[in-house]
Amino acid sequence: MEATKVQHTTAARAIDIESLQRGQKLDMANETTCLEVKSFNLFYGKKQALFDVNMKIAKNRVTAFIGPSGCGKSTLLRSFNRMNDLIDSVQINGEMLLDGQDLNKPSVNVADLRRQVGMVFQKPNPFPKSIYENVAYGLRLQGVNDRSTLDKVVEKSLKGAALWDEVKDRLQESAMGMSGGQQQRLVIARAIAIEPEVLLLDEPASALDPLSTLKIEELIYELKDKYTIVIVTHNMQQAARVSDYTAFMYMGELIEFGATDELFTNPTKKQTEDYITGRYG
Amino acid sequence: MSNQSLSSWFKGGSPWVWLNAGAVSISLVMVLGLLGLIAVRGLSHFWPADIVAVSYMEPGSESITLLGEIVDKETVSALRLKNAGVELPEGRSSGQRFLLKVGNRDYFGLDFRWVNGPWMAEETRPDKVVAIERREWGHFYGYLAAVKESGELVAEGDAAWTELQKRVDRSNSLVAQIKTIEKHDIGDINHGLESLRLEQRQLELDGIAEGSLEHQEVAQSSQAWNEQYKVLQGTLTDLYTALNRDQIIMTMSDGREVEIPLAKVVDVYRPNAMSKFEKLGFYFHEVWKFVSGDPREANTEGGIFPAIFGTVMMVMIMAVLVTPFGVVAAVYLKEYATQGPMIRLIRIAVNNLAGVPSIVYGVFGLGFFVYFLGGNIDELFFEASLPSPTFGTPGLLWASLTLAILTVPVVIVATEEGLSRIPRNIREGSLALGATKAETLWRTVLPMAAPAMMTGLILAVARAAGEVAPLMMVGVVKLAPALAVDTIAPYLHLDRQFMHLGFHIYDVGFQSPNVEAARPLVYATALLLVLIIIVLNITAISIRNRLRENSKASEN
Repeated sequence: MEATKVQHTTAARAIDIESLQRGQKLDMANETTCLEVKSFNLFYGKKQALFDVNMKIAKNRVTAFIGPSGCGKSTLLRSFNRMNDLIDSVQINGEMLLDGQDLNKPSVNVADLRRQVGMVFQKPNPFPKSIYENVAYGLRLQGVNDRSTLDKVVEKSLKGAALWDEVKDRLQESAMGMSGGQQQRLVIARAIAIEPEVLLLDEPASALDPLSTLKIEELIYELKDKYTIVIVTHNMQQAARVSDYTAFMYMGELIEFGATDELFTNPTKKQTEDYITGRYG
Repeated sequence: MSNQSLSSWFKGGSPWVWLNAGAVSISLVMVLGLLGLIAVRGLSHFWPADIVAVSYMEPGSESITLLGEIVDKETVSALRLKNAGVELPEGRSSGQRFLLKVGNRDYFGLDFRWVNGPWMAEETRPDKVVAIERREWGHFYGYLAAVKESGELVAEGDAAWTELQKRVDRSNSLVAQIKTIEKHDIGDINHGLESLRLEQRQLELDGIAEGSLEHQEVAQSSQAWNEQYKVLQGTLTDLYTALNRDQIIMTMSDGREVEIPLAKVVDVYRPNAMSKFEKLGFYFHEVWKFVSGDPREANTEGGIFPAIFGTVMMVMIMAVLVTPFGVVAAVYLKEYATQGPMIRLIRIAVNNLAGVPSIVYGVFGLGFFVYFLGGNIDELFFEASLPSPTFGTPGLLWASLTLAILTVPVVIVATEEGLSRIPRNIREGSLALGATKAETLWRTVLPMAAPAMMTGLILAVARAAGEVAPLMMVGVVKLAPALAVDTIAPYLHLDRQFMHLGFHIYDVGFQSPNVEAARPLVYATALLLVLIIIVLNITAISIRNRLRENSKASEN
């Protein structure tokens, strides 16, 4: 992973390095499993949204979910930190393991789980507080109120989200005054401030302009050193650029899952090929 | 062509714009007109108007001199004048009638008198006319003849006026001293004696025998209080003697001379001799007396400070009670309760509560709060003072509570509205960081909904400050003996009855024996009530705006 130490300045370079890195062939068999989904089904009331999904998500890799709208990729993503609990009508069966532990067991504390599995949403959703308080939010929830600890974590997280240089002089200003791209990076900083194991990104760049999108992509690239990243995206170029593994979903089913290179260059399923060549979706 | 332009005018939406703008203008004109009327009628009352001396002759009787302020005039038709016995010169279709405030109610019987213009002659404004504001019987108008001290003549003629002014200041400061002693010092003693009496009664209730140590202690303290009282009474007697030292001799418009003790005089002034500037100064002095003084003479004279105080106090206590209650109810309804037919029913019921006539709340407050709750509180905690009730009688707390349940639907609806406007992704953002639902509520959702809660509070305050009907049943009185806040522990007396501007308007306007004298006070009080509601609202609105700036919702 020396590649990540290199400063990325342009997307072109990011892609360059990525293709260099792809020289070493990725194989699920060589990876440590972080998340595992076993015959997972999910229903919204009577309507089934996910059908018998089975997959493994590799530690410290970027896994992308692609597929047409309504194919269940966001639903699957939101199952990893049990965000679907918020919807009354949702019912599930099957298993979902985080480091070998079923995260849907009744004994699991949802708040603890969400601390381990952070999430960034499609629309930037900073709290109407100062930049500093946004980043410190998760720590304050855990009862950390020591100023110097908070200062350190805030700085580290903002640096980790490549935002520090832009905001270091206005930490006490409202986060609502930032641009959309900055807000999204702030939300990422907020998520990594509590040092989760997994970072779920639900179309993190879809509401942003191309330049901000680029920055987010570079950031994802840097973050995978420390975190396991799962990203939902509509943008196939983006999936190709940032991810190591890609899952293609269609109508609630996992159609194909494999190393990104393989899946894009040599899809085994007809549906996958149709989708990535733009025949539907 | 013109047909087409008319139809395009309609299509363009201009008629709507005109209609809407017209509606807004009419509302604005009505509001401003109302405020203007109240302001002009109310505020002009305090102006020291010139006193006119007219000779007035009714046919068949002798000419008399009248002295007074012209407070109103009206033009009446010749026919009506003729019916009243007034002959107008040929060719005139109408004449004027004047309402003269002649004062001196104790001598003339009525202090307002309608006089017919055609019978008036020789209108002058003599500089020497003195107007006296008295503690009883309203204003006195006349000429100052002499100043006396303990029956001995001190000054006469021009010298009397300067002498009088000095002595009025002296007697006013004496009155203030007497009032302090009577209200505070003797009030403290009464309070002390009353609590001793209650202590004794409690001892009896507890079955402690007469002559025991406790009883002796009570008797000793009571002795001490009584001695203090004797000392104070001595001081008071001295003060009263000093106060009753001076008298003035006044000549009335009909030539009679009368003696007025200075103890009965609040203010003396000679409006005809005042410059515009002096009048302005006197005007503000009068307005200040009205705002800061206690009422006299069945509320038709003096100030309305207790009513202002009562109104503000009640609204603030109501706000303190209604906000947490309404917010908690709204949070449960919106955030925790399972949304279903039951909750929908409750919500409809809450909304309809806002439409229940306020007098119904008054009846409820009287039955439930005063008699049931208050009665039980008395039995449990104030047994010693029974049968005279402490909380089992209308009072400030019950009035505030009654208004709180009257306005709670407004707060609930506004808060629910605010909660539902918090974007879902903000809640999810908080939950995704490992916050529980309660933590999300406390740290993010409620602060963001605070402006909406303030909106609810603003509406509640606006409604509560103007409410009168229910208050008559649960705590408002015509004249409260003491304010709800004083120096005796526990400082805030929620059990006391209080005065209220709205009720004061009703009382002065419709229950007062002297309608003409009271009318300007009705307007002035109404103006003050409106001003207070405006001030309360502006305060709340500025707090809300500050909250809004702190937590601008994400809307990008």
